[in-house]
Amino acid sequence: MSQATAEPRVRPPLVTTGRQRRWLHGDQLFRGLAVASGVLLLLVSAIFLLALFIPALPSITRFGLPFLWGRDWDAVHLRFGALPFIYGTVVTSAIGMLIAFPVGLGAALFLAEESRLNWIRAPLSFAVELLAGIPSVVIGLWALFILTPIMRDDVEPFLNHLFGFLPFFQPPFSGTSFLTAGIVLAIMVLPILIALSRDVIRAVPRSLQEASLALGATRAETTWSVVLPYARVGITGAVLLALGRALGETIAVTMVIGNTPQITSRLFAQGYTLASVIANEFTEAVGPILQGVLFEIGLVLVLITIVVNVIARLMVWQFTKPEGR
Amino acid sequence: MSRLRIREAVDRLVAGLVVLALMLAATPVLILLLFVVIKGLPGMLAPGFFTDLPHPQGVPGGGVFNAILGTLIIIGFASLAAVPVGVLIGVFLSEYGHNRLGDTVRFVSDVLTGMPSIAFGIFAYTVLVATHVVGFSAIAGSAALAVLMLPVVLRSTETALLLVPNTFREAGLALGAPQWRVTLQIVVPAALGGIVTGALLSMARAVGETAPLLFTAFGNEFLQLNPFRPMGALSLTVFKNALVPYANLQDQAWAAALLLVLLVSITNILARFYVRRIQR
Repeated sequence: MSQATAEPRVRPPLVTTGRQRRWLHGDQLFRGLAVASGVLLLLVSAIFLLALFIPALPSITRFGLPFLWGRDWDAVHLRFGALPFIYGTVVTSAIGMLIAFPVGLGAALFLAEESRLNWIRAPLSFAVELLAGIPSVVIGLWALFILTPIMRDDVEPFLNHLFGFLPFFQPPFSGTSFLTAGIVLAIMVLPILIALSRDVIRAVPRSLQEASLALGATRAETTWSVVLPYARVGITGAVLLALGRALGETIAVTMVIGNTPQITSRLFAQGYTLASVIANEFTEAVGPILQGVLFEIGLVLVLITIVVNVIARLMVWQFTKPEGR
Repeated sequence: MSRLRIREAVDRLVAGLVVLALMLAATPVLILLLFVVIKGLPGMLAPGFFTDLPHPQGVPGGGVFNAILGTLIIIGFASLAAVPVGVLIGVFLSEYGHNRLGDTVRFVSDVLTGMPSIAFGIFAYTVLVATHVVGFSAIAGSAALAVLMLPVVLRSTETALLLVPNTFREAGLALGAPQWRVTLQIVVPAALGGIVTGALLSMARAVGETAPLLFTAFGNEFLQLNPFRPMGALSLTVFKNALVPYANLQDQAWAAALLLVLLVSITNILARFYVRRIQR
């Protein structure tokens, strides 16, 4: 605790004049206001969850737990299941992380180290920071008009040509697909993944690395057997935080996933995610059941991201502030 | 000796891979910006883009005047709510928050940062729209964005306040000032750079958000200045126009996207510039 003055009490016996007394009241008032604002945040967060939970109740009571593994989406007979959406969210996020992890880790290793090729560090890290600021709807627009045709005409046939013996890479090629959404997610989570892993890697004690180098290990060997093992927990946390982003990403994915609820092993097929179905159907949902279903889907999404985020935060915290702040 | 040479080769290979990774990470943003500029610039320079209202589908021309104003109004109200409250929570965390409550607030705010942006829209919809407090309106959109902005503002405020040396606080208290005056007149001004930066960064994030506005501000083809009515926004223009089969509207989507990127970048650069000027 570096904050020694957290509670400086001005209560000397000198307080006699009305003005000073008013000041002390002012202190209590101000403190009360500050604490109240903190409590307000907790309150808003509680309402945040309730605002999803209460409207979801008609759906929760009607469908129960089987909702989570139901596959139906039938607004006429009011039969609903969330599995295709959970599947879409999980598959696209998994593809995104599979692509982003090696790239992000490599980039973070480069940015954390401070000896080689210093001149490209500044512009490239600026580019990555810039990427963090680009709105998701702009990335979606680009993906829809530029990436999707390339995926359909070039990338997907090429992958099919190479790995056509696998069930994941079977035609037809659609452009809007699990794979495209996954690639978009990879692009979108890269900045946060790089920034967090870079900080974690920088927190690895320099003395450990120098010891390894002094023993004759090359840089690559030092990275592999000293830096990465030491930073493992923190990097895992960073990956989970990025995963949390990917799971909840809405607009860009909605624009390129094709919005078809289906479960298939073909990555070139169109799918749907938890967040996209809310974005697309929410304003058109009529009746408490269909609305409730969408709220419950939102609730599932939020609960998944909360779990992922809490685990990630604990891991990153444990790593980056052992000295406390 | 050959073993050493292999190890050196591996080392060099890894170094190359690492550089490659960074380039791979930086490439998308360059390609993306290139396309946004190439495809957006003509639309942006077209007459009427900034000053006209959207034309009906199929009618060429038109602009995004309403969406520009809408974005400004929605972000304005959101900032009006999020910045003061966020700064106050930041003050709480830094000056009074070294206890259980403070840790809880920090944790909850961090978790809130990771929430899917669409959840903020659902939240505002349930609390404000479905209850008919305001209906689909700019204010509901602002409320959703305000909650989304809060964690950014409060965390950067806390960080900025913690950087103010304790001697400042002690000097103020030693002069006989009560703590609230020390905080408001010494500590907060000393940390103003960080606080303004946080506020700007939160605005930069909110400007581009689409999902929280879908069922709050809702969008509007017409000029609407009343914050209690449905209102358009640039992000909504990009989203909606991208999904219709009319070339002029798609061009408008690109132009609006370029405008959004410019807005976000300018805000971000301002924030950075501000930090640098303060630190000097």
